[in-house]
Amino acid sequence: MDSQNKFMPQDYIPIMIQSFIVLGFVLTTMIMTHLLGPLRKSKAKLENFECGIEGMGNARSPFSVKYFLIAILFVLFDVEVIFMYPWAVNFRDLGANGFLDMLLFLGLLLLGFIYIVFKGALKWDNS
Amino acid sequence: METWELLSKIIFLFVILAITLVVAMYSTYAERKVAAFMQDRLGPNRAGPYGLLQPLADGLKMFMKEEIIPTMANRTLFILGPSIAMTTALLTGVVIPWGGNLTIAGHVISLQVADLNIGILYIFAMVSIGVYGIMLGGWASNNKYALLGSVRAASQMISYELAMGMAIIALVLTTGTLSLKEIVDQQQGWHWNIFYQPLGFLIFLVCAFAETNRAPFDLPECETELIGGYHTEYSSMKLGFYLFAEYINMFISAAVIATLYFGGYNFPFLNRLPLDANVLTILGSVVFFLKIFFLIFLFMWIRWTLPRFRYDQLMNLGWKGFIPISIANIMVTGVVIYFKELFF
Repeated sequence: MDSQNKFMPQDYIPIMIQSFIVLGFVLTTMIMTHLLGPLRKSKAKLENFECGIEGMGNARSPFSVKYFLIAILFVLFDVEVIFMYPWAVNFRDLGANGFLDMLLFLGLLLLGFIYIVFKGALKWDNS
Repeated sequence: METWELLSKIIFLFVILAITLVVAMYSTYAERKVAAFMQDRLGPNRAGPYGLLQPLADGLKMFMKEEIIPTMANRTLFILGPSIAMTTALLTGVVIPWGGNLTIAGHVISLQVADLNIGILYIFAMVSIGVYGIMLGGWASNNKYALLGSVRAASQMISYELAMGMAIIALVLTTGTLSLKEIVDQQQGWHWNIFYQPLGFLIFLVCAFAETNRAPFDLPECETELIGGYHTEYSSMKLGFYLFAEYINMFISAAVIATLYFGGYNFPFLNRLPLDANVLTILGSVVFFLKIFFLIFLFMWIRWTLPRFRYDQLMNLGWKGFIPISIANIMVTGVVIYFKELFF
């Protein structure tokens, strides 16, 4: 196929070069700002910002499980979205069979989605 | 790859990097001017004529400020956070085709740093890594506001990434390729993808707002409840990196939207103009940048027009609104293309 010869692994060389340049830029800027700014440390200044109130304990306390649930659901759905990319690219070649298979897949995805909605996994307030 | 080709790529890469930084710098100025215009104020006008040197003054100020790392913070991650945000923001622009081909002394030079066959996926990968920058920075600060901001940012970004990915799949159905260059080349004349994927465009646009943490989706740095959100504890250029990365992301998303839906460097009647090929290429790039600037203006226009969402509204819109709509969009697009192939 034509497109197989058109794209080569060395297409990634400019990206590699860009990564080095960008990393260099970020590093130099970080070191520069460290060296340029004044350093007048005091104990109160280095405390965490809590709107003027004395800091209370560690901030890394447990937070709402809803966020964790969202992250898990994201992983599930994102994997399914990734499966769709190869199908979408080859959509015209796959014809009716591929299309029906994908409709089935999307239907199952939708069923799972409806299940989590009715299960209340996406409800943010419990009122 | 031949030497001259590599050399031209490197030069072009530096040019694009410089353009990205300058556009991001002047976006901060433009944002303040647009805000001022909409609120009937003057905006920055002291540094240089019309305040044009304001971004430079701001940048210099960021450099000269004291660098504060709280004692409770995790030092390594605290520095790593903004670095990741900036690095990923600058790496995203590599695959965008900024123009057609230039012919200089018999050599054909493509105005694109890297033409990958998985261009769209590359952009998605980079955007996803960008979440780590915010998450690490917020967690490492060991501040309650910062942690809340970063958790919000992470769940908002991953939620809208799903709908964005599905909007892209509907687009890929119509184009049949993941290479951004090929997608642009298909959109010659008036065949812009926005006319074939209007719903997909709308989903993509809203998700782009959510991904870049721009108003009305700027909950991660919602001043009224979270002080500064994930960058509450940051100062000096580390804060600058977070703010700057946001503007670079805005520029890149405007470029991606222009590429995917507005024909990139194509404009109607491009091929009918009796001009030299090189001149046409440069004209195309100019038009591309005009499209990008209009989209950046749209980002600002919406920021200063709409109020912020509440968090549950945001999540409901993302999950219960956009995900079913984008699945339906994929199905409808598939059916239409399939029957079009079958009968025409």
